[in-house]
Amino acid sequence: MKQVFSRPASLKDVQTHFCPGCHHGTIHRLVAEAMDEFGIRDRTIGCASVGCSVFLYGYFDIDVVESPHGRAPAVATGVKRARPDTIVFTYQGDGDLAAIGTSEIIHAANRGEDITVIFVNNTTYGMTGGQMAPTTMPGQKTSTSPYGRDIKNDGAPFKMAELLSNLDGVAYSARVAVNSPKNVIQAKKAVKTAFRYQLEGRGFSFIEALAACPTNWGMNPLPANQRVGDEMIPYFPLGTYKNTENL
Amino acid sequence: MSERLFIKGNEAVAMAAIEAGVRCYFGYPITPQSDIPEYLSRELPKTGGTFIQVESEIGAINMVLGASAAGVRAMTSSSGPGISLKQEGISYMAGSELPGVIVDIMRAGPGLGGIDASQADYFQATRGGGHGGYRIIVLAPGSVQEMYDLTMLAFDLSDQWRIPALVLADSVLGQMKESLVANPRPKADLPPKEWAVRGRGEGMQQNIVKSLYLGDGEMEKFHWKMHARYQELAEKECRWEEVQTADAELIVTAFGSTARIASTAVAMAREAGMKVGLLRPITLFPFPKQAYAALSEHCKHFLDIELSTGQMVDDVRLSVARDADVAFYGRPPGAGSLPTPEELFEQIRKVYP
Ligand SMILES: Cc1ncc(C[n+]2csc(CCOP(=O)(O)OP(=O)(O)O)c2C)c(N)n1
Ligand code: SF4
Ligand SMILES: [Mg+2]
Repeated sequence: MKQVFSRPASLKDVQTHFCPGCHHGTIHRLVAEAMDEFGIRDRTIGCASVGCSVFLYGYFDIDVVESPHGRAPAVATGVKRARPDTIVFTYQGDGDLAAIGTSEIIHAANRGEDITVIFVNNTTYGMTGGQMAPTTMPGQKTSTSPYGRDIKNDGAPFKMAELLSNLDGVAYSARVAVNSPKNVIQAKKAVKTAFRYQLEGRGFSFIEALAACPTNWGMNPLPANQRVGDEMIPYFPLGTYKNTENL
Repeated sequence: MSERLFIKGNEAVAMAAIEAGVRCYFGYPITPQSDIPEYLSRELPKTGGTFIQVESEIGAINMVLGASAAGVRAMTSSSGPGISLKQEGISYMAGSELPGVIVDIMRAGPGLGGIDASQADYFQATRGGGHGGYRIIVLAPGSVQEMYDLTMLAFDLSDQWRIPALVLADSVLGQMKESLVANPRPKADLPPKEWAVRGRGEGMQQNIVKSLYLGDGEMEKFHWKMHARYQELAEKECRWEEVQTADAELIVTAFGSTARIASTAVAMAREAGMKVGLLRPITLFPFPKQAYAALSEHCKHFLDIELSTGQMVDDVRLSVARDADVAFYGRPPGAGSLPTPEELFEQIRKVYP
């Protein structure tokens, strides 16, 4: 019988700690598939962040550096400048990248660092128990916005894919989701484009992946998946915000 | 062949870094250390190295972390406010057993303080500075020549022990010009960086650089391992200088630029017929306890002098024999706070037995 589906070689054969219905696992897989398909696993270095994806080294069979909270783009800059022949990516949550790490992400993007950033936006601080994130949606209740996010008090959610696309150093910026087979296929394409741009030395590539965090949303996996399509996508539209392919 | 140069302490640091084979420098401007990034922005690219003026000291130290994790020699430099910002990264580097060199040209503080010479960051430097309980190697140069030599040593020690190394100087040492012999990089037998991330390579083991230890007992084990390493470091790498201590009745002790002024005062005391010696620690961590212990066997009077209200004096008191007396004279940092040799001579006269 022909095997049509298997674990990507870049992923280890282990159980993950992710909650049922969490989208981190799917996004890990897309990154691993891209590495496999480009044949770059052996020269790729991952920069883990602080959040539910901190165990990057436990799941990806690649060299990994752990970064302080929010600093992965600076760590990745150091790695890439030290070893320009490697492929370097960061994998960061929304609290990590869009709150404590805003300075590092914006400046790495602006310098056009030849790295790929995988940004997982689940509108909350997953690891610490569901507090308000910079991407928490207006009115969304979290453990530190018990009355719902109040734009007047907390500001509006960051739209990072759009924001970064305005910087000259950014070669590619796209927002994807993994809540449906169609969106997964689109997301895979975008992740591959982001890595290909790095392989071609085009500069900074950025993927924002909308993701479900059923546990901290207080939802079952299916309704949480549903929420991505019903609430998040209308507010955080999918699409390519910057593409320098034909420049 | 070594030539004789007449240059600033900060430039000596930068030259030494290049001689030591630094591949990446990441920094942010702050007085009184900006000559270091200025020099390296000009000279490092010529050697194929990377210079980045980073958006903040936080970014800079994390780039050092990344480059060092990738196995190359990397460095940053700053002063008080910037060194405070780097503490997060230094803690992560210590926790990840990463080498890397940090240069701290101390200025007055706390807060914005001022740009005058200070030694008030002794505690921050020697106690680890960041969270979690760790130590870093701290080298205290006393001349432009030592700014050069100890910067090269910092790279070697850091690589050897997999502990970040800090060169702790002050604005006097950074800004003053002296003659310097640009010695070639010393030969050092260093272990290969097998732990570095390079891309795992075909059929090779995955390398992970991290400080997260969640397994049962793992973190405790890490602490005891590092504790043992710090002890071994203390046994093997303490460095200090003694001047006329053999017959001394009083030993003056000071580090860095203060020791320079103190040595003049010690010479004045000798002229005046007093048996006074000088003990200058060169490694502040590990602290040369053994030198104090040995000298205090026969000399019972010490005078510790610092540009602060007293920090190293704690280590001196912990190191001398129990029946030895340690007096203290401090000039906290700020404009006009640098003591004169006459002033220190007066202090020697006061406490001389
Ligand atoms: C300096 C610092 N502050 C706070 C924390 C605690 N902390 C750990 S993970 C995290 C938030 C993670 O949220 P996010 O980046 O959105 O990742 P997710 O878990 O949602 O994937 C925080 C605040 C920390 N580790 N370090
Ligand atoms: S807490 Fe949320 S982000 Fe973290 S593993 Fe669970 S579902 Fe995923
Ligand atoms: Mg999150």
